Amino acid sequence: MAFLRKKIYACAGFNTVSLGTGRKEFHPKKPRPGIEHYIKEAGLGAIAQVKNPEALDEGVIGNFVAERFCKQGNLGGFFPMVHPTFQYKPCIRVEGACDSGGLALVTAIKTILADIADAVLVIGVEIQNSVKAVYGADYLAAAGWFSGERKQGHVYFFPDQFSQRAGACFKKFGKERVRQGMAQWYVNAIENARKNPKAQEYHNRNPELYATAMTPPNPKVFCEHINVFDCSKVSDGASALIFASEKGLEKLGVEKKDATEVVAFAQVQDNLTTPPPDLTKLSTCEVAAKKVYERAGIGPKDLSVLDVHDCFTIAGLLAIEAAGFAGYGEGADFVKDGKTKSDGIIPTNTTGGLIGYGHPTGATGVRQAVDVVAQLLGKAGDCQVKIDPNRPFGMLSSMGGNDKTVVTMIFRKPE
Amino acid sequence: MTLDKRLQNVAVVGAAGKMGSGIAVLIAQEMAKVKLRPENRENIYRLNLIDISEKALDGLRAYLRAQILKVAEKSAVLLREIYSERKDLIENRDIINTFVQDTLDLINFSTDFDIVKNARLVFEAIFENEKLKIKILKKLKRLCPADTLFLTNTSSIPITYLNEQAGLEGRIIGYHFYNPPVVQKLVEVIEPKGITDELRSIAQELGKRLRKKLVPANDISGFIGNGHFMRDGLYALNQLDSLKRQFRFPGAVYVMNRISQDFLLRPMGIFQLIDYVGVDVFQCILKVMRTHLNDTSLRNRLVDKLMKLGVRGGQYPDGSQRDGFLKYEKGRPVGVYDVRKKEYFIFDDKWKQRIDKKLGPLPEQFAPWKALLRDPKKDEKIKMHFDLLKNMNTLGAELALDYLRETKKIAEKLVETGVANSSDDVNAVLTNGFYWLYGPINDYV
Repeated sequence: MAFLRKKIYACAGFNTVSLGTGRKEFHPKKPRPGIEHYIKEAGLGAIAQVKNPEALDEGVIGNFVAERFCKQGNLGGFFPMVHPTFQYKPCIRVEGACDSGGLALVTAIKTILADIADAVLVIGVEIQNSVKAVYGADYLAAAGWFSGERKQGHVYFFPDQFSQRAGACFKKFGKERVRQGMAQWYVNAIENARKNPKAQEYHNRNPELYATAMTPPNPKVFCEHINVFDCSKVSDGASALIFASEKGLEKLGVEKKDATEVVAFAQVQDNLTTPPPDLTKLSTCEVAAKKVYERAGIGPKDLSVLDVHDCFTIAGLLAIEAAGFAGYGEGADFVKDGKTKSDGIIPTNTTGGLIGYGHPTGATGVRQAVDVVAQLLGKAGDCQVKIDPNRPFGMLSSMGGNDKTVVTMIFRKPE
Repeated sequence: MTLDKRLQNVAVVGAAGKMGSGIAVLIAQEMAKVKLRPENRENIYRLNLIDISEKALDGLRAYLRAQILKVAEKSAVLLREIYSERKDLIENRDIINTFVQDTLDLINFSTDFDIVKNARLVFEAIFENEKLKIKILKKLKRLCPADTLFLTNTSSIPITYLNEQAGLEGRIIGYHFYNPPVVQKLVEVIEPKGITDELRSIAQELGKRLRKKLVPANDISGFIGNGHFMRDGLYALNQLDSLKRQFRFPGAVYVMNRISQDFLLRPMGIFQLIDYVGVDVFQCILKVMRTHLNDTSLRNRLVDKLMKLGVRGGQYPDGSQRDGFLKYEKGRPVGVYDVRKKEYFIFDDKWKQRIDKKLGPLPEQFAPWKALLRDPKKDEKIKMHFDLLKNMNTLGAELALDYLRETKKIAEKLVETGVANSSDDVNAVLTNGFYWLYGPINDYV
């Protein structure tokens, strides 16, 4: 039996610009659009692609920590603002740190599977430029265990968590080897972002990306094993995507050729109060990948496109291993050899990923789905990669916290 | 007495001025860090900030809070360590705010000099006026304990002279910060005759703690920084005489400003720099140097005239630029003071283009100061810039190369006359204190 009891489709994806340092229009001291603007922009961007937006039954909003960045809660309340026909329709906000977007995708699918809705609009959103990075780091640290970890933690809590992972990998697999893989990850991210007009690094013209990526870390002001280029961006942005059953697609007026089928997903939760079992691997991501492959009845070799949660370059390397593309400790070589580039064996993070496109945390899981779906539909613009008819699948893996909350999802190109 | 002990009670006189306020920020942070060491928690620390105006002290309070916050945000890694025992402080914001408050709690603000009476380290940063400085130093000597050490921020008055006039018996040193002290790495250190060994070593240790680049200068009026800047400025001023025949006065000012900024790759044009320092300060320093060096060439009639007309440059209390030779909007020059008409001539693009055309283009692949600053290949690019200039037969290239040669001559003379111990020291002052990309003693010309 197929994993899903009925067919679920994803369509009408939309990403806003990821706004923050790097974008020419970004100025830290000038006023910027608020969270409601982003929710509306992304929502309207999605529903503009369907004939009958009134056919949407529910909304799901993925967001991590608007209560702190924007002092705003009750985000479901912005759903009716997107379109007049949404008034009095259900909307729920879900949170799972940087995987809030991933959880939003899953929530929408579950609602459809439960026969409660035929079509659900998912919007992921985050605003992060409202405070300086040093305070933003406090807010984002909520993805870890506050009472158990924060006090001993670093100023930049999450960068340090992954800096420790990088350090452990340096020790185990060789510093130069891993460092070079991390640098190549950065280069790929920027090169892909330069093809994506919505990406935060779209305007990046640095001719020497690799040298930049190799900048030695400065532990006095940042982390011990990683530099700022190893990190995803501080971003404001939102993404939206519509999930629908067959009936839902019909009601929306979307043809099947414009929708990808969701073949399987996995949602895996690890205990926040226990340290990672092994710093040199993303164990939870690995479980989530295995589960989703099993449920879809396919393996890594069947994928034409992949989008992983590269909140840090080292996370990118480890995610490639967790997704089954490289053996333990070999992610760095795999990346260094160009196998994740857009013309490589498995084009990965083809629109820039969290480092190139940006990482509006609550939006990221949705953004990943939007981009994988666009690739499978042949609508990825300059970022489009070849979708091999023999490998008609695309996968995303979205992570919250330090490998704590993970969603994986596999989509299939329409016949 | 150790530096740590002296840091228990410090005074800054002229604390609300642009130099004094910056020094206050640096010292306040250092004192807070010393106090927060576990062994010093019980000790009392006081930073006494003195200025003549209550209103200026209010401005200083706000400035200190903002600056200390900025520094705390940048030093958050260290601060988490410092407050690691404080279980109630968990988030960065708690820690940063606590440090700001702990630092501000050390500070006394007053218009009354009596609060210096326990100070063991005194920074003098009042206006560059010789008589006033001597008067204040005498007063401080009378009020402070007999072993108090004085660090004067004078940028031109010989320290030996101040020492003798105020009767400080070697307890004073020239400790010349650059504007703004919080940002500029350079401190020019000038030892007077008869300096005490203790002061010499305290000055060195303090520089290290504040992570400043200390460059020694000999005790000759103007030292290295103003020894160069004044003559560099005078050269540009003197060039106006010949240039104004071709360009009229506003055009001539524009030309020398542009030559120095774009053609010589400096952070700002020479007239913008004089405005930044203040036409009034520029005039004062010339006077001090003229007197002590007995050199009548250190004078400029135009500067005297502008001062009479009330054109003074310098900065408003909020840090924005006051009009001087140039008129500013949002920090950018938009016009030139026309001495004849006694008003600002506002230039437009057409006017600038006309003059720029006469100067000729910049070398190919020109990159401005800001772009070169962080360019790993900047040395190579600067050399290429000047090599190309040498092959350009334009008025702009000619003026720039003349200026470059003159600037080099001025710098070399500072070494010859014993103001600086070496050309490296002169280059260090210009690159660290004036933010030049290259030292004036170079092989470009």
